[in-house]
Amino acid sequence: MGEVNTAVTLCGIPLDNPLIPASGTFGYGYEFAELYDINMLGTFSFKGTTREPRFGNPTPRIAECPSGMLNAVGLQNPGVDAVIGHELPELKKVFHKPVMANVSGFSLDEYTEVSARLDKEEQVGWIELNISCPNVHGGGMAFGTSAASAETVTKAVRAVVKKPLIVKLSPNVTDIGEIARAVEAAGADGVSLINTLMGMRIDLRRKRPILANVTGGYSGAAVFPVALRMVYQVSKAVKIPVVGMGGVSNAEDVIEMMLAGATAVEIGAENLRNPYACRDIIAALPATMEKYGIKSLSEIIGGAH
Amino acid sequence: MKETVFTVTENIALTKDVFRMKLSGCTDDITAPGQFVNIRLDGFYLRRPISVCDRTAGELTLIYKVVGHGTEAMAKMPTGTALDILTGLGNGYKTEKSGDRPLLIGGGVGVPPLYLLAKELTAQGKAVTVILGFRTSADAFYAKEFEALGAKVLVATEDGSVGTKGFVTDCIPAVGDYTYSYCCGPEPMLKAVYKNTKTSGQYSFEERMGCGFGACMGCSCKTLYGNKRICKDGPVLEKEEIVWEK
Repeated sequence: MGEVNTAVTLCGIPLDNPLIPASGTFGYGYEFAELYDINMLGTFSFKGTTREPRFGNPTPRIAECPSGMLNAVGLQNPGVDAVIGHELPELKKVFHKPVMANVSGFSLDEYTEVSARLDKEEQVGWIELNISCPNVHGGGMAFGTSAASAETVTKAVRAVVKKPLIVKLSPNVTDIGEIARAVEAAGADGVSLINTLMGMRIDLRRKRPILANVTGGYSGAAVFPVALRMVYQVSKAVKIPVVGMGGVSNAEDVIEMMLAGATAVEIGAENLRNPYACRDIIAALPATMEKYGIKSLSEIIGGAH
Repeated sequence: MKETVFTVTENIALTKDVFRMKLSGCTDDITAPGQFVNIRLDGFYLRRPISVCDRTAGELTLIYKVVGHGTEAMAKMPTGTALDILTGLGNGYKTEKSGDRPLLIGGGVGVPPLYLLAKELTAQGKAVTVILGFRTSADAFYAKEFEALGAKVLVATEDGSVGTKGFVTDCIPAVGDYTYSYCCGPEPMLKAVYKNTKTSGQYSFEERMGCGFGACMGCSCKTLYGNKRICKDGPVLEKEEIVWEK
């Protein structure tokens, strides 16, 4: 097998490969470190962090779907104090690369405060601003479904962080390209997409919604074509790098995402059915690149445009 | 946790909807009774978490109830089927606290994990009493297997077709003195046992799971000592930490 190059650069920071476990499917990383050496990852995006600790939504929070799943976790996290005081020091023992800090919130104030605090943490390489969580009320997606509010929150956070700012977009909008352009204009260094698609299931025995929250976010292999289409659209609409995600399950999907315009690729639900998914995909990349005649991943970004 | 390929060696009906599956493969990562395994099934996105009924070196026994399409598919699996299984998941029962006369209480498909627990406790020389609850005599299983371990077995059925008529709690007065309680079953039963037992104990909970190994926060619950994940910090919780929410 010839030499292939999997390295990419995301907002000025080099990655050994484009693989990034997505926020909410990888905790704060150190638990996966018991399963395999997580330093093989490009990086990972840690659990969406808010100012206060949150329990999240009542259970059931999970429902299975054809080729995917719904979740309505609702941003359970220990709060920014505990993330800085406990989670990041634990992570530092096992992960020696910059990490992506996923930030969520319920007000402009909360987004800026949590982002500014995590921005000062040495190991944080990027801030991923989650304005697209479909499972909380009055926060999350409320900021990401209009160009004006997406621009406002991006601008406010941009003013208080020095590190690259990546804004995570919702697919639950009429025109995702318009939102992407708005956050680019507000100073975002990149965008990541897609967050989950809003959906629901009904329990036929109880004749009631399965999820206590009624609706949840659909992710998994089923959403890949939708995600790919949106990554393609957005990467044509903006000049900043796009991080592609949504149903990516194998090395072929990674390459498709990159051809559609993604600079790096996040893996979400697949980690939950196969805890070794990212390790396996990284191992499969060189042979898959070889198979399709690709020498360097950074050269194929947007190749399908 | 360990990912292992197992081979189905037996898959038989114990009642109309409860099946026993025996599998051969490496069971080294199963370290305590009350732990579970998570099974990948062709055609289903999420794995199916099933509690461990018994394990020896090289053999795993699962007892599962057909409750949906996934378990329906399991019930049709022929021997020889290879399954990708994550083993050794969850925080199981601790036997150190049992005292000399532990009481084990299981309802329906909550009965299986108590089997390995009873096996370990009887092997330690403890005088084990087991209360098993079912809807009817047709739904009952494993009373003889528990007796074969040397445990004293009491059965309750809702219609009285075998054993005491009523619920598992109706059998508790007949047990006499017990030193500790272990429980597994549907949440209303856990709650009733919680109220009707005087000793400390350990309770195994059920919840819809995403990953089964602590990553997705799908199965969280509140306890007196903070939020816990049923799959990783549970499924077994100490009586003293339980917060009843539903």
